[in-house]
Amino acid sequence: MTDSDIWWSFKSSPLTVTAAVATILIVAIAFLSPVLAPHTPFDPATLSLSDGLKPPVLISPDGDWTFPLGTDDQGRDILSSIMYGTRLSLVVAIASVAVAMTIGIALGLISGYFGGAVDAVIMRIADVQLTFPAILVALLIDGVVRTLISVQRHDEIALFVIVGAIGLSFWVQYARTVRGSVLVEKNKEYVQAAKVIGLSPLVIMVRHVLPNVTGPVLVIATINLGLAVITEATLSFLGVGLPSTQPSLGTLIRLGNDVLQSGDWWITVFPGATLAALVLAVNLLGDWLRDALNPKLR
Amino acid sequence: MFVSLRHTVALTALACASLSMAPMANAKTFKWANSGDVSSMDPYARQETFLLTFTANIYDPLVRRNKELKLEPALATKWGQTNPTTWFFDLREGVKFSDGTPFTADDVVFSINRANGPGSNVNGNFSTMKEIKKVNDHRVEVTTTVPDPLLADKWASISIMSKAWAEKNSAVQPADMVKNEENFATRNAMGTGPFMLKERRAGEKTILVPNPTWWDKPEHNLTEVIFTPVPNAATRIAALKAGDIDMTYEVPPADTDSLKKDANIKVLEGPETRVVFLGFDQERDELVESNVKGKNPFKDKRVREAIHRSIDVDAIKRTVMRGQAFPTNVMVAKGINGYTPDLDKRPALLKPEEAKKLLADAGYPNGFEVGMDCPNDRYVNDDKICQAVVSMLAKIGVKVNLRAQTRNLYFAKILRSTQDGKPNNTSFYMLGWSPATTYDVHNVFEQIIQTPDIKTKKGLFNAGGYSNKKFDELANAVEVETDKAKRDAMIREATKIYVDDYAYVPLHQQALVWATRKNVDLVQPADNNFPLRWVTVK
Repeated sequence: MTDSDIWWSFKSSPLTVTAAVATILIVAIAFLSPVLAPHTPFDPATLSLSDGLKPPVLISPDGDWTFPLGTDDQGRDILSSIMYGTRLSLVVAIASVAVAMTIGIALGLISGYFGGAVDAVIMRIADVQLTFPAILVALLIDGVVRTLISVQRHDEIALFVIVGAIGLSFWVQYARTVRGSVLVEKNKEYVQAAKVIGLSPLVIMVRHVLPNVTGPVLVIATINLGLAVITEATLSFLGVGLPSTQPSLGTLIRLGNDVLQSGDWWITVFPGATLAALVLAVNLLGDWLRDALNPKLR
Repeated sequence: MFVSLRHTVALTALACASLSMAPMANAKTFKWANSGDVSSMDPYARQETFLLTFTANIYDPLVRRNKELKLEPALATKWGQTNPTTWFFDLREGVKFSDGTPFTADDVVFSINRANGPGSNVNGNFSTMKEIKKVNDHRVEVTTTVPDPLLADKWASISIMSKAWAEKNSAVQPADMVKNEENFATRNAMGTGPFMLKERRAGEKTILVPNPTWWDKPEHNLTEVIFTPVPNAATRIAALKAGDIDMTYEVPPADTDSLKKDANIKVLEGPETRVVFLGFDQERDELVESNVKGKNPFKDKRVREAIHRSIDVDAIKRTVMRGQAFPTNVMVAKGINGYTPDLDKRPALLKPEEAKKLLADAGYPNGFEVGMDCPNDRYVNDDKICQAVVSMLAKIGVKVNLRAQTRNLYFAKILRSTQDGKPNNTSFYMLGWSPATTYDVHNVFEQIIQTPDIKTKKGLFNAGGYSNKKFDELANAVEVETDKAKRDAMIREATKIYVDDYAYVPLHQQALVWATRKNVDLVQPADNNFPLRWVTVK
């Protein structure tokens, strides 16, 4: 399998190309939101209640081009809120996947390389955690942290709590995958050779084994990215994620959901649509990557 | 791994499960919801309408209010004054507590002293009381320090507890909620009232059943009442529409219209006698939560004026409250005795430059930073109002760090200690007050605006410690003045003092919006009390 194989498989799938373009677009817009966004929705000094509850411009004659997707009841621009919110959602997702990957890869390498009791302990913990759905683990971690610290402190560290919560609930897959690959790799000649010349286990694991298990890890990471976005949105929607002072997409959906029944649908529908588009695009990419990297499917 | 999505659904279903209780064999179960839970089952735990009205279903007062809010006999059959400083209450005979013990004058004396004692938050109702004495088993006498014609009105919100029950369960003193204390009476209740507490799970649900030995003839036809706190407004409204609950209050303004269009729902509306306002800490020499050190900006009237005149209550009414608010500039609502229509005019709004100039004159050319306390489940759209205030004040350089939290935590942070009268931890806060005990402006003067003093029990809810000697004198004079013309003149003068001082920032009266299923009949009093004894389910 060469790079050009992957490129060819990418090019020949219009769906994947669309998904990739969509992902890049959303990510780029989100991370450039301080430059691109027409308003700074979370600086209270820029808000005016007289702009409150404006409908989207294309739907209603009451709309205002300053606020193309309308405003919420505090006069916040929905478009800008979504841009900032997407950025926050992505930051949380990427950070938590990074946390999960770090923990998972480290434990997987240790487990697979050393085997024996270490392996048994780590894998049994992983088994136990697998029986809990990720969202429940995240809720649990968040709940414990909440009781440990005061409310005002919580808003400040909410971002770290949620990254930690999602990260800790996702590590198992990485650990298992890496362990499996390590078990295959560690009996190969190049590892034996490394052992013979007296390299330390750490160097062998990181320099020699790790590069050969990155493929599957990359696939899981991509798929997990979408899942992390969803998990974060779910937690925020349930009110245990990010506070309304720094709203992610999930928080925006929750805030809009409060007024959904009164007809102000745009406050929740646009963040919802953005979330759906983002997750769909990332998942399509992940699916393609899994197929492309799996020789059995070709 | 997409399994977790399915679990998310399961989790949501789990959260809703508490709402959709299995239908009882008997259909007269009444299920209702509010945004927050009752803070305590102890009727003296907090001078908060919701807590008082909830516990009043289990406990009876000496005198109660009828549907027109007039006093009528409850545990006392007759009451009155034998001389200007002595009240008597003749107690109903043959009344039993729901545990079977007879109700006597001992219970009344015990209850009043408990409500007036340490740990109680309702002790502001006893500022004039000198002593309560048992005359015989069915008569008590109350002496007051000054003539108090409104004593019976104030006591209509004081529930009577059982002495024996409280002593047996070591709940002789109310647990002090300001210190987050708890005792037996926090989670249990036993009174003479129309309902009995069957099950109490704080934050989850509270179940009441009718008291078969109630002394009065029930007007309700309920066999069980299930109360569930549901913080999320949309969930609450959806539950009502789906028939999972029979009633909810208060309904968020945003949902009123859609509910009116629903043929299965009845919407009840009216202005509430409560004024929602903002208060400042004007007592400390340095604010607890501010970047200004060594002085307190709120002690400067120019700062208070700049803030007052930068808050656009009409904009709040239009967007946040969707028209369902009545902006005001005084601390009492229309309809309360002592309301002064000519003083109820807000001064013109200031342009940001003008407000900044006032702040600069006061020594804050670059504004300042201050923490603000708000509930998020107590008043209609409370946290959203506070958010709007944050953005209005940001424009004049005052950076407000908003902390909106559930009513229990919020009250415990802002209310003064009822034991030593010391101020709590707030610098800038929202509060709502309805003089629903007397329907007279003096209640607001005494509890909210007079200088706090634990000895005289004045100003106990003056959380920020606003103090004006002249006002105090006038308020004390209003309390004992019987000549209406003179009294009104003094009320006017006192009102002008606090309005001109920018003592508080009155925002509005909220509209009272309740919603029920079509088959439910109930009474909606203007004081936002909700007595279950008038609920019938068809």
